[in-house]
Amino acid sequence: MNGLAKLGRASLWRLQSLGQLALFVFSVFPALGYAFVHFRLVIKQVYGVGVLSLPIILTAGLFVGMVLALQGHYILSTFNSEEIVGSMTALSLIRELGPVVAALLFAGRAGSALTAEVGLMKSTEQLSALEMMAIDPIKYVVAPRILACVIALPMLALIFIAIGVFGGYLVAVGWLGVDEGAFWAQMQLHVDWHDDVLNGLLKAIVFAFVIAIISLFQGYEAMPTSEGVSNATTRTVVQSSLWVLGLDFVLTSIMFT
Amino acid sequence: MNQQVKFEVWVGLLVLITLISTAFIALKVSNFSETQDRSTYQVDALFSNIGGLTVRAPVKISGVVVGRVTGISIDPVTYRARVQMDIFKEYDDLPTDTSAMILTSGLLGSQYIGLEVGADDELLVEGSRIYFTQSALVLENLIGRLLVSLTEGGSK
Repeated sequence: MNGLAKLGRASLWRLQSLGQLALFVFSVFPALGYAFVHFRLVIKQVYGVGVLSLPIILTAGLFVGMVLALQGHYILSTFNSEEIVGSMTALSLIRELGPVVAALLFAGRAGSALTAEVGLMKSTEQLSALEMMAIDPIKYVVAPRILACVIALPMLALIFIAIGVFGGYLVAVGWLGVDEGAFWAQMQLHVDWHDDVLNGLLKAIVFAFVIAIISLFQGYEAMPTSEGVSNATTRTVVQSSLWVLGLDFVLTSIMFT
Repeated sequence: MNQQVKFEVWVGLLVLITLISTAFIALKVSNFSETQDRSTYQVDALFSNIGGLTVRAPVKISGVVVGRVTGISIDPVTYRARVQMDIFKEYDDLPTDTSAMILTSGLLGSQYIGLEVGADDELLVEGSRIYFTQSALVLENLIGRLLVSLTEGGSK
């Protein structure tokens, strides 16, 4: 009897948090218009989530591209087709690794910071103070941050791809001695602007939206204690990463088959 | 410096880096430059076997790319493979007796369509059909024929 009650309570609690999420999303959408009007707030957040994520994106992109070229060259040289290493590196970066790895780093670097910031605002009753002054915290705090994420992550993904291809070029042409002309020619032959690049960008936009909603919802609904904020931050990173990886499979199966 | 101005300068820098990356991806990594404003006309051809030909494979004359394969289907009347291809408008002076062959780049490379320009006075236009075609070389058939000729040679 007791176990059954536990199961019931757990399911009801899940259902309730799902309903809260739905309410949150529906209240955010109209507020996004406000964020467009007061773009100053968004600029500040783009600095926070975008510019400050730039060092980690640049470093990670360079090394991911270099490792891809190194591993690709190792395998492709057994078939004597080292020239394809360029198109292999570029395609993996554009289709999968650019959007996904950038999103994972973004969730860890920016999403967690957003949750902690909003959670702390809640626990120090700044959100309540805003409401007291008749300022809607969804409009003033949440919407600019969501818009900033949706703007910043696609840009970071593009930068990740570009620096990754450059890293692949350094390793393949500079170190392993692949012919430079063949490297770029094969890449241009196989990478399609519309099918590959724009679909990769679309992935980044979807991931940005999911990460933004999760991090701000977790911050907004965090228990207003130091432990609650720390739990919410952990949940943001775990849930965002799992959602990005799961959605990536779904999007890939729709886009590239 | 004012705080807001500092944010704007840094975000401006981020946008600039993004634009450079996009230009790099468009011009150096992908085929953006060749997909732009090239008007084409469509012709098709029937093959009895297209081998490993795929959509987007190049169409070449003397090794120069003059178009792309845009569609592969089965012709409902003859049950042969119907290959549609877009030829760039600047090559609109191909005679109607031009022949199409499915060729392979390199020993194991991808397959493409090679056009052999004919001598007729009439020209291929939008919707024309190329009647002279040569199918893909299928390795199994080739080896089969080779084996037959070898065994015949041995029994002599």
